[in-house]
Amino acid sequence: MIGNSKRPGKCEVSLTVNGEPKTVRVYPMERLLDVLRLELGLTGTKEGCGEGECGSCSVVMDGKLVNSCLIPALQVAGATLTTIEGLALGPRLTALQAAFLKCGGAQCGICTPGMILASRQLLDKKPKPTLEEIREGLSGNLCRCTGYMQIFEAVMEAASGNSQ
Amino acid sequence: MRSDPVDFALRAPGTLELVLSMLASEPGTWLPISGGTDVMVQYAAGKLSSRQLVSIWNLAELRGIEVLPDEIRIGAGCTYTELREHEVISREFPLLARAARWTGGVANQNRGTLGGNIANASPGADSLPALLAYEAELVLVSVRGERRISYVGFHTGYKKMRMELDELIRVVSLPRRFSGYFQYSRKVGARNAQAISKVCLAALGRIRDGFMEDVRISLGSVAPVPIRLTDIEQILKGRRIEPALVDLAKMKVATAIRPIDDIRSNARYRAAVAANLVAEFLTQLVNSGTLA
Amino acid sequence: MKEEQVVGQSVPRKEGHGKVTGAARYIDDISIPGMLYGATVRSQVPRGVIKKISFDEHFDWAEFVFVTAKDIPGKNCIALIGDDQPCLADGVVNHPEEPILLLAHPNRHKLRKAVEAVWIEYEPLPAVLTMEESEQYSQIIWGSDNTFKTFLIAKGDVESVWGKADYIVEGEYTTGAQEQLYIENNGVIAVFDSEQGITIWGSLQCPYYVHKAMMALLNLPAEKVRVVQAETGGAFGGKEDYPSIIAGHAALLAMKSRRPVKIIYDRMEDMTATTKRHPSRTRHRTAVSKEGKILGGEIEFTIDGGAYATLSSVVLSRGVIHAGGSYYWPCVRIRGKAVATNYPPHGAFRGFGAPQSLFAMERHMDRIAQAVGLSPVEIRRRNFLKPGETTTTEQVIREEIDLGKFLERALVLSDYRAKKLRFTHENGGGPVKKGIGIAAFLHGAGFTGSGERYLASVVGVEGCADGTVRVLASSTEFGQGTNTVLCQIAAEALNLPYKYVQIAQPDTNQVPNSGPTVASRTAMVVGSLVRSAAIGIRQTLAAEGLHDSYTPEEFKVACRRHVAEHGELRSYARYDPPAGVFWDDQKYRGEAYACFAWAIYIAEVEVDLSTYAATVEDFVALQEVGRVLHPILAKGQIAGGVAQGIGFALYEKVVWQNGRMQNGQMTNYIMPTSADLPPIRVFFEEMGNIHGAYGAKGIGELPMDGPAPAIANAIEDALGVRFDSIPLLPEDIFEAVSNSELSETR
Repeated sequence: MIGNSKRPGKCEVSLTVNGEPKTVRVYPMERLLDVLRLELGLTGTKEGCGEGECGSCSVVMDGKLVNSCLIPALQVAGATLTTIEGLALGPRLTALQAAFLKCGGAQCGICTPGMILASRQLLDKKPKPTLEEIREGLSGNLCRCTGYMQIFEAVMEAASGNSQ
Repeated sequence: MRSDPVDFALRAPGTLELVLSMLASEPGTWLPISGGTDVMVQYAAGKLSSRQLVSIWNLAELRGIEVLPDEIRIGAGCTYTELREHEVISREFPLLARAARWTGGVANQNRGTLGGNIANASPGADSLPALLAYEAELVLVSVRGERRISYVGFHTGYKKMRMELDELIRVVSLPRRFSGYFQYSRKVGARNAQAISKVCLAALGRIRDGFMEDVRISLGSVAPVPIRLTDIEQILKGRRIEPALVDLAKMKVATAIRPIDDIRSNARYRAAVAANLVAEFLTQLVNSGTLA
Repeated sequence: MKEEQVVGQSVPRKEGHGKVTGAARYIDDISIPGMLYGATVRSQVPRGVIKKISFDEHFDWAEFVFVTAKDIPGKNCIALIGDDQPCLADGVVNHPEEPILLLAHPNRHKLRKAVEAVWIEYEPLPAVLTMEESEQYSQIIWGSDNTFKTFLIAKGDVESVWGKADYIVEGEYTTGAQEQLYIENNGVIAVFDSEQGITIWGSLQCPYYVHKAMMALLNLPAEKVRVVQAETGGAFGGKEDYPSIIAGHAALLAMKSRRPVKIIYDRMEDMTATTKRHPSRTRHRTAVSKEGKILGGEIEFTIDGGAYATLSSVVLSRGVIHAGGSYYWPCVRIRGKAVATNYPPHGAFRGFGAPQSLFAMERHMDRIAQAVGLSPVEIRRRNFLKPGETTTTEQVIREEIDLGKFLERALVLSDYRAKKLRFTHENGGGPVKKGIGIAAFLHGAGFTGSGERYLASVVGVEGCADGTVRVLASSTEFGQGTNTVLCQIAAEALNLPYKYVQIAQPDTNQVPNSGPTVASRTAMVVGSLVRSAAIGIRQTLAAEGLHDSYTPEEFKVACRRHVAEHGELRSYARYDPPAGVFWDDQKYRGEAYACFAWAIYIAEVEVDLSTYAATVEDFVALQEVGRVLHPILAKGQIAGGVAQGIGFALYEKVVWQNGRMQNGQMTNYIMPTSADLPPIRVFFEEMGNIHGAYGAKGIGELPMDGPAPAIANAIEDALGVRFDSIPLLPEDIFEAVSNSELSETR
């Protein structure tokens, strides 16, 4: 990581987002959430609370689910990021996205990008999760619309297609 | 978002040595930030008084979990996810593994660190009662070298600790001597996940020939710092754990703790629940048949 | 009867693709070149006179735009029902967070600092912070007597029953404020042009409410106000009337600056400054026979409206009409009152008064059961409304509903009897106590009484140049399925595949006023209009030779031809009140709603007396909804509503201090996570509804009414301790339990 001059100013941060290398010029304490939305125009990641509680801002960073509202830009230097936009290649949906649509896992949609990424992470760790494991894996993503039931169904549906 | 990034400096020197010399050259000026799950919340709320921060995220010297015959040495930069997924920690230090699972959700567990939990020193921090019960030791590091101190008594008051302004926590060491102990912990929060604790108990006990040979009872969220109920431990040592003794221990809890009324809960409730958890621990200990 | 092809199927959510790919654009995803951000300087006191507004001289005020009440071109009010709520405070404030001054600047962060750099001095006035203080007139803070509205429902001769009663059962029940907590905060963008007028894009439920409010505030004619709904991330009533305020603010800044202005709240501002569910207090006094029959009674229902009238009269209306529940009252007197206090005005939240009064009714039924010595099941069975009987407003129940049989089905589905027995046995030793509780209730969909007639909703269906079809309505999608259901209905009516039908974005320049998206009216009332308008298209094409059993391709050809020849193909349908439906607004008597949906909810709870926490372990939601138009959407509505009801009962407490919400963050205003909810088992019955599209009744709000009383009933069953107030937190259970004998027997 690069050191900066003593007076606060912008810095260059290079990272990989959805497979593409990007360099942004931002204040080191800019939130990753704002870097994604405002610098890179990737508005799929949402702000619901700004305090790391709702999970709407979840992205995958270096293979791990994180709340982008709590990460300063400087700490993202050299990282590999996946946002909701990077989940599907082209117009075809992933099985998980299709399952969310089929099962009613998305109502108003604002929690959905974070919820899908959290589900993706869960399924990567546990391809055939139990209901308890799904509840725990998604407990950092709040949904006000669904009561979670159809989200669980969507994850189970996607898991049932898993080969393991 | 109630802070302006323009007003804040964040540096990431990249090695422990460089960070330590920054801290030494301007003690008290640079606030270390690791995963940011505490600091960034304060920042977003416009409540972060430090304007200069130094990143200690992902420093190699603070990572890693070393398993030695007598101790396990946890890098202070280890995340909750790493703690809960570590085989030896899960097996021999379940109270710490459980605390890691209780903290926030998966996303916050992937970023929050053990060192951060200790240094942020929230009275309700989830892992601290477990560290007290295990009588962890901390390795602190600065430009002057390393020193090892007991975690017991590390916190001297609300957000005050036995650490110099230019020191960092490098390692949390746990002695590997609790396999024969009954281990109990319980966190009481407003909901099952993503909850700041109202009361948190971590306890260990060992019974030999029907008598309490060793007991450690540790509570969070009932005082400005996490505490051990040493007076109650003394009453219990060497005694048979019978209902009358359990009741006595329960009664003594109220005087051993200093809970407050706050936005989340109130003192009376916390005191009652703390007493109930102590009783539950002792009852389960007796029923567990964990005999030496 | 023809088998439906589209209605009744779980077709794909119309706008779902964008939601699962991140392509859906909510307000904060939209930027306009040259855009400024706007922010609001708000009152720090609950009531007072503004003495002085000063600006920190060390702050760089260059590039800032300022708006005060003086800048308002039209009337300084948020036009809704009354006009007592100012858009910007002018000299006095009546609640914490009341908007006083607006600022705009290109940089959001500087804007935030600017808000802190405005200093306002107040001469504080004594504030009224409880309903009781308001009723006792310790201060007069609104009108002549602090009373926004009263209602009286009087059926039969109540005085005659007290003497005949074997039991007189009394109870007082209270509910607290509840925050809607949509995950997307309020936000709008306003653009002003002296030619075009004002355009508002917003996260909102009712474009035409905002339209009306902007006309009055900005002194603009209808054609110079345009309101467009953006993708909206949850609403639940919290974006019914509030958007008129934030839109007005953005519009004023846009007019002053001649730049586009975006205002987005952060979570704390949204929680502390915007509307919440009305807190309530219900007092029951009921005359009951020894057979457990309700002979009559009095119900006093009071809600806290906050500082301004806003929607309180309508919330009160619904609460009062539902106060008697699904029971037969031979006579009853129901007095409703909405009072003013110095809290931020309370507003619409799913259920809209009914969750409050039904909480009381269903708690009270269990109390009556105890007094008489009957079970909660039996007391309800003996008092349920039957076909031919009248409600409290003397509406005849015309449906062949058998609530006793309905209750029985719910009991079987939830294994109620076996569990009740088991819990009685198992609750002896150990700190974990289990209980099971019932709530039986109803919910009237659509606007009350003559409300729908007053709305006079209009819907259009358009045949497009390419042969596909478009629904034109101002009804908004915010997760509940408006887009999907209205397109299903149009497709069904036109006998076309679902994918042939689209729905226009709600834009007041493009769509007629189909009424607000509230009151569970969209599928039922607006859906009916969609069907009519669609049939109108068929009729037009039929007149040009399109035969009855056309194929989709034939339809397309006919449609294209018509549009090519005539320029457009449109059909409109206007709401036509059903014949024989009579409502007396003065006496509050008659057919309050076109139809009721009926429900029985059963909650199984566990209370752990080491932590005093109650959790719901199983939940059965059985409802009769006329017709299930889309099984997955319908189930989703019920599950989501039950989750909010569980929050209302056990988790969601607004902590107030001096009129201001103290816990305005997601970390300390607690809504359930995925780890907190039980399996929510949803079951439907369908009896049809002659007043609703394809037999549908409204269901959006119904699930909000039942969970809280079912849970409170279950907790009493578990502990033998009575709880008549929600939210019921572990701290509250602890207080009650430690004050009772229970603590001694443990």
